[in-house]
Order: sequence, then C-alpha cells, then structure tokens
Amino acid sequence: MSRQLDFAGWIFVAVMALAAVLVPLATLGTPDGAALHVPTYLVQLFGKYLCYAILAVALDLVWGYCGILSLGHGAFFALGGYAMGMYLMRQIGTRGVYANPVLPDFMVFLNWHSLPVAWWGFNWFAYAMLMMVLVPGLLALAFGWFAFRSRVTGVYLSIITQAMTFALYKEFFRNDFGFGGNNGLTDFKDILGFSLQSDAVKAGLFSISAVALIASYLISRAIVRSKYGKALIAVRDSESRMRFLGYRVENIKLFAFVVSAIMAAVGGALYVPQVGIINPSEFAPGNSIEVAIWVAVGGRGTLVGAAIGAIAVNFAKTYFTGALPEYWLFALGLLFVCVTLFFPLGIMGVLSRIRFRRKRSEVATGTAT
Amino acid sequence: MDNSILLRTRRALAVLIALFGFILPSAAFADALDDAFSKLFANQFSQTEQAIVDITAASPPRGAEILDALGDGRLYIDPLNKRVIYLTPAGDAFDAKTGAKVDGVDGLKKVRVNNGVRNALEAAVGALSVGAADPQKRIHAAQDLFNNPNPKALAVVDAQLAKEKDESAKLALEQARAAIVASTPDASAADATRAIAALAQRGDEAAKNDINAIAVKYKDPAIAGAAKSAIAAIDRSLFAWGLAQNGWYGLSAASVLLLAAIGLAITFGVMGVINMAHGEMVMLGAYATYVVQMFVPASMADWSVVLALPVAFLVSGAAGVVLERTVIRYLYTRPLETLLATWGVSLILQQVVRTVFGASNRQVYSPPFLSGAFHVGGLEITQNRLWIILLSGAVFAMLLFVLRATSFGLQMRAVTQNRRMAAAMGISTTRVDMLAFALGSGVAGIAGVALSQIDNVSPNLGQGYIIDSFMVVVFGGVGNLWGAALGALTLGLANKILEPIIGAVQGQIVLLVFIILFIQKRPRGLFAQKGRAVEQ
Repeated sequence: MSRQLDFAGWIFVAVMALAAVLVPLATLGTPDGAALHVPTYLVQLFGKYLCYAILAVALDLVWGYCGILSLGHGAFFALGGYAMGMYLMRQIGTRGVYANPVLPDFMVFLNWHSLPVAWWGFNWFAYAMLMMVLVPGLLALAFGWFAFRSRVTGVYLSIITQAMTFALYKEFFRNDFGFGGNNGLTDFKDILGFSLQSDAVKAGLFSISAVALIASYLISRAIVRSKYGKALIAVRDSESRMRFLGYRVENIKLFAFVVSAIMAAVGGALYVPQVGIINPSEFAPGNSIEVAIWVAVGGRGTLVGAAIGAIAVNFAKTYFTGALPEYWLFALGLLFVCVTLFFPLGIMGVLSRIRFRRKRSEVATGTAT
Repeated sequence: MDNSILLRTRRALAVLIALFGFILPSAAFADALDDAFSKLFANQFSQTEQAIVDITAASPPRGAEILDALGDGRLYIDPLNKRVIYLTPAGDAFDAKTGAKVDGVDGLKKVRVNNGVRNALEAAVGALSVGAADPQKRIHAAQDLFNNPNPKALAVVDAQLAKEKDESAKLALEQARAAIVASTPDASAADATRAIAALAQRGDEAAKNDINAIAVKYKDPAIAGAAKSAIAAIDRSLFAWGLAQNGWYGLSAASVLLLAAIGLAITFGVMGVINMAHGEMVMLGAYATYVVQMFVPASMADWSVVLALPVAFLVSGAAGVVLERTVIRYLYTRPLETLLATWGVSLILQQVVRTVFGASNRQVYSPPFLSGAFHVGGLEITQNRLWIILLSGAVFAMLLFVLRATSFGLQMRAVTQNRRMAAAMGISTTRVDMLAFALGSGVAGIAGVALSQIDNVSPNLGQGYIIDSFMVVVFGGVGNLWGAALGALTLGLANKILEPIIGAVQGQIVLLVFIILFIQKRPRGLFAQKGRAVEQ
C-alpha cells in the first residue's frame, strides 16, 4: 500500500512540476489558436484549483492522519487570502476611485480619515506574508490549544470549528470591522509592481501555485512519515491509548493543526490574486464542509488523493454550474452521500484496490500453472 | 398685510364662535356654518382650508359627512341657490346645512381639493371625532390628536374635556391636550404645568419629547423642575419596560431556538449522530404548512396552521425515517462521515424544494389570531410570538412525557445511556433508532410550522437555524431535554440582552466565542452524561 502511494505521489509531483514549467510556456510561447496554446482563462481556472488542492492537502493532514475533521479550514484559507488582499489593496494607491494615496476606496467611502492599525505595514509585501502565516497560525494555535487541552473531540470539535468560521463570517461582514464588509477587497491592480492583468503574471501565479502545492505535499508527506507522524496516526486510531502510553496527545494534535492552518492560509493567499477578490463568503460554513468532500472523494489519509479530489470536484463544479446549473447541488449532495456510503476510501482507495486485485489474480494464475 | 390681519381675526373669531357654539348650541351653529360655507363659495384652496377649520370648530350635526364628502370629492356648491350640497357615496344629494334631501339640481360645481386641503381635512376629521358619541371613537381620535397635535383642535378638546364622563377617554383627551400645548408656541404657564403632569402619567418616548418641547419654551424654574423630574420618572419606567421587553424578545427567540434544537438533541443524544439535514426537516415543515394552506377550503383557512402541525410532523418524520433507513444506519460507527453524508442530503433536499416550489419565498397565510399585537403596560406582545412560546412549551412538555412515561421513551433513554447494554436487555436498538429519528425530525417539522409564521419560507430556511441549533445542543449537553431547554433559554436571552448593548451581529459573535470557550470547560455540555457510556 505505502509503496503504491509512493508511486502515485511521485507521479503527482512530476505532473505538477511539468505543469509548472510547461503551462507558462504553452500560454506565453505560443500564439492564440496554436495547437498547444493554453488560453489564459484556463490557466487562471486551474491556478484556482491548485489553491483549492493546497487547502485539501492541509485538511487531509489533520483529518486523514489525525482524525480532526475541521469544518473551519475555509477560515484559515480566507484569512490568508485577506492578508494577501490587504497587501494588494495598499498597492492600488492613487489609482482607486477616490485616488487616496493611503486609504483604500471603501475606507474613503465610509468617511474614515486614517488607516486602522490592523492595516499598518501591509504596503510591504514581506510584512503581509508574515501576517499571512502569523494570523491563521496563531488563531489555530489558540483555538487548538483550548480545544485539544480540554479533550474536545469528534463531532464536537467539528461543530465548534464550524462555529469559529461562522463567527468570523459574521464579523467580516460588518463594515466597522474594517476589512471591506460585504464587498470584501477587490479591484486589485498589481503585485510586487507587476500588473495582475498581464498573461505573464497569471502564468507565473499558476506556476507558483503548482510549486506551493508540491511543497505542501512534500512537507505533509515528510510529517506523516516521520516518527512524529506515526504518533499522529496512533492518536487518530486510539487517542486514549496514546494518552495512557504517556504521550502528550494535545501537543501532537496541536502541531498538525497549526501546520495545516498555515498551509491552508498559503493556499488562500495564492488564491486571491488569481480570482481578483476576497470577501466574507469565503468564511461561509458551507465552503469548509465542501473541502471535506474534496478530501473524501480523493481518498483521505493519502495526501495525493486530497489534491486530486479537490481538482476533480472543482472541475466538475465548473462544468455543472455552467452546463446544468440546477443540477449541481443534486450532484454535490449525491457525491457527499455516495462517497461516504460506498467509497469511504475515495479515488485512491478504488485505484489501489484495483491494483491489489490484479496482483492477487497474477499470483493465483502463477500458482495454477 | 391687511389680508393676513383679517384672516387672523377671522380665525380667532371662528374659535370664539366655536367655543360659544358648544356652550350655546342652537343659534350659533347657523352663523358659524354660514360663515364657513361662504368661504367654500370662493372655491380657493386657502379659503377652503379655512372653511374646514370653521366647520370643525362649529362641529355641526353632519360635520363628519360634509368633511368626508369634501375629501372624496363629493362636496359641491350650488351657486344659483347659494347652497352647499354633498353627495353620499351612493349618490344621493343632501343640503349640507339643513340635512334635507335634494333632488335634481343643475349647475353644481365641485369643491376643489389639493394636498393642503387634504392635510387640513385629516386634522379636522380627527378633531371632529373627539366629540363622537362612542367613547372608543373619542379615545381613538384623542390618540390621533396626540400623535398629530393640531393647535386648532384645542378648543374642541377643551369643550369635550369639560363634559367628558368616560375615565379613559378623559385620560386620552388630557394627553392629547398636553401634546397640543407642547406644539403651540404661546400656551400659558398653567397649561404647560398641566400638560407636563399629563405627559408624565403617559410616560413613553413621545411624552418625553413633548415635555422637552415644553421645557425649552418656558424660563419658569417651576416648570423646568417639573419637566426634569417628569423626564427622570419617564426614563426610569422606560428602562424597566425596555428590560421587560428585551426579556420578552429573548423568551421568544429562545422558544424558536428550542423548537429547532430539541429534535436535534434527541437524534444527537440517542445516536450520537450529527444530522446536518435537521435544518431541512424544519424547512420541510414550513413547506408542509404552505401546501396544507393551498388545499384547505377557504372557510377553514384560519385553521390551516393548526391543521399543518400534524401534517408537518408526519412529513418531516417520514423524511427522517427515510434518511435514517437509507443513509444514517450504515454510518453509525463513523460519526464524522455521517456529518458529511447528511450535509449532502441537506443540499439535495434544498434543491428538491427549490425545483418543486421555486427559489423565491412562499407566502404563508397568518390567521387573525396569529397577527397583530397587544400591550401590557409598556410591553408590546405580538400574537404570533406568544403562540410560538406556548407551542414550544407544549412540544417540550409532550416530549418530556414521551421520554418519561412511555415504554418507547424508556427504551430511548436506555439506548442513549448504553447502547450495547440496552441491546443485551432485548431492546431492538435499530427500531429505537428509527423511531427516535422520526420523532426528532417530526418535531423539527413542527418547528417549521412555527417558523413559517415569522420567517421567510424559502429553500434556505433551515440553513439559518442549523448552526444556532447545534450551539444549543452543544451548550446544553446531548440527550437531555432540560439541557436543550436551558441552552435555548440562555442563548436566546443572552442574545437579546447583548443586542441593544453591542449590536445584533456582535452579540451573536460574542455568544459563539463564549460557547467555544465554554465547551473547553465542559466539553460535554451543561448536562453532561455521566458514566461509562461517555467515553466511546
């Protein structure tokens, strides 16, 4: 099993690395209409999927390997996105509707006269990136510390993570909270001086997302294969036993939870410049639950499967909402039901079962002759 | 300049005449009316307005009919015979002065009406009915006057006050008089003191405004002092009533929460299963109400909501059984995945309802006994909220009875406490699971009926309540009805107490954070189950 996963993992890394190199070449190096040309909108679309895949890998790390079904991972994703969005807002400068060099448009619109403290420093990319890691990381640390220490587990944990994202969802909706309220942050112009509208930047963001996905996969893989990873899996399978064996279960869980939250935030930060907007709907509890189904479809506890599931489900979503909009919820709902009932191991589980059967039949025929 | 002096004298005269008109009823009527009618003949808006004031002041026997006719464009002048004629809505013509029926007149000219005239009319009709025979009408008219004080009506109010016998009408008139005094720039100090006393007795926000209006007009320290203490008294009572009102809102919010959450408490408690589609069971109940209303004959329309209660229970209960049999029972050992699967079911149910009934809100009829409000002191109690509180109390009592006094309830409690032991004692746990799920979902359906009266019936109805319901269950502890009740009450009240202090959204956020922190201290809720079954 593990050797097969390894095989699938290396294929995945190779495919992603190839995509990171070839897609920019195919979209920038070939003229429109050429056989190998990749249109820009596809680059953006798949760039978005890659960010979702990072989020899915992050969730798989805690759910698949530690049994923590977080229904609030969308919140970490969105927080990372907001950090990036705030940087991009500050870059607009005088090109906004109100041409205020310091205040983003929505603040001028709300008659604010000075920049709120929370926004200070976001004109520096490095500071924004630091916040992108720190804010979700610290939130996860505080939340996880409280939750794991008092042994909130199972569905209870799922529900309070959902409450967490729901609270943030409501908070970010308020204009007074200072992050653009209902409309969120949008109308971005450029990143690090490069225009977000240019094809080269779009292709570049795609490549960076692909590399980030590879990195999250490799980091997660390293974590779960380490000695610590073994303890993590043991906690998933029998928490009480691990505790009686003398492990600090809460610390084991907390580490995975924080790493996972930061990973999700990175996905969110890469997501925002590619879709051009971040608003409170990213915090909606439904979004976070959807992430769980991406992981379940791909196969949880496999990492590669989570990424594949995220890309596959979102590809299907794009197709359905375009072609048969009224059937998408049916399809998604059925996916939730059928995967949990009939394919609890997801795509990866089905694949490995097929390989397993073939091998067994080979062995069987081998002994017969 | 000349003209305005003339007008003012005339006005004063009219009021004087009006006063005398009440005191010396007979002859003065005719003169005042003639005077008023003569202004109508000019058929100019300013003159007509003046005529309205005069007619009001004179308060002739058919005053109301005349003014009504004027408002509806049924008042005519007959220049030939120098008469004013009004038509009834049926089309019969009467002489405005004598009240005699008039037949076949030609050359009538309609009295023209503009917005200024209409405004004057509105005030006049109010003032006129201050003298109505029915005390209820008088009170109503006085309240209208209080809300739209018209200095011109002071004379009429005074006249009526002098002879008023009905105590509550007297009170209302006195308050109306106070409001009028507050709105006139040059009332006497005695009037002002009297007005403040009347307003202090009334003691609401409007009275406070009027007292303030009076206080700024007088330098007299006695009046200022009276106004100040009156306002302080009003503030105290307003604060107390405000608290009571918030308590009522909180109770009402709690009852809605309880209805939505108590079914969840049952299913969660018995099976340890999170049913994310619980909100959709509520939604189905609301749509069941809508469908029942469509099929109920018009004569029974008022009872369709009552009829919907059992129907919604059955519909949602049946949906619950189907859900349990086809999905949930295969996932008992995997609670996290139940959560995902039931979420999928909730998406499907929403889309089914959206496909069948459309995405827009459906109108559910509110019978008279569920609409409107009444006052208890300074407390406004809306009928539908009152009934929902009663309904949730009844549902709670019934569930308590089922759990405590029936053999099914006993079995359910046994399975909740220790599934395997219960099975060993011969209880069919699968049957209990199914029935418990039916019961929990059915109660959600009943919640849907209640929500159809206060919320939009749309496919998303359930989504708005599901997270709050979870919070109630998590807070109260699973498998315990009292926990759910206490959880709902705490959250409902806390929400409404926080709302005026820090705003609705902030209040909800504070509560969510509170629950997240609370669950650290008591991971299994307020009423946690004890014993070996807890660690699973």
